[in-house]
Amino acid sequence: MQWIDVVKEPAAFVLILVGLLFLVVAAIGVLRLPDIYTRSHAVSLADSLGAFFVLTGLALHAGISLVLVKILAVLVLLYLINPAIAHLTVRAAHRSGLKPWSREDA
Amino acid sequence: MMESFQAAFIPGVMLGLALLSAAYLYRVLRGPTVFDRVLGLNGISTKVILLLLVIGTANERVEMFVDIALGFALLNLVGSLAIAKYLERQGDAFNAMD
Repeated sequence: MQWIDVVKEPAAFVLILVGLLFLVVAAIGVLRLPDIYTRSHAVSLADSLGAFFVLTGLALHAGISLVLVKILAVLVLLYLINPAIAHLTVRAAHRSGLKPWSREDA
Repeated sequence: MMESFQAAFIPGVMLGLALLSAAYLYRVLRGPTVFDRVLGLNGISTKVILLLLVIGTANERVEMFVDIALGFALLNLVGSLAIAKYLERQGDAFNAMD
């Protein structure tokens, strides 16, 4: 199992960088998109994927141990929580009568 | 060359996460509706969880920080859940405060 020690660190670097890229895309989406219904896509989709990549990179860096299992637990929890919160917030916005953005508002 | 890149990598990731939280903080402060603020706070908590784990990796103490991150994730769930349910019950009161 020599090769995995060689591959591990560069793979972790690449995964964290890709994750940061997705997080930057999510931040741009949060800043630039016009209303809550579109922004929720940036927060729930791109943000979760970026967190997935960063956490996978950190888990790879940690190696096989209890820490790996706990980082994966954080990952699963984030993947359950983030879309659920975005869905709840958007549902609350919809039920309180917030109108979606349309071309006339631009 | 490789060593200096590795030494600069983890602080760079920390700085990047902090700057990204600043983008979400702008959304929290500007609004325009209260739902944008809730969503922005959720994004900031995600960044803080990642930042905790990166700090733990930098200090070689991940086993301690990962528990804090887990607790923070659960706290984020409960807090955002409560706020979302509360706003849903408020009805039209918070509609479009811009």
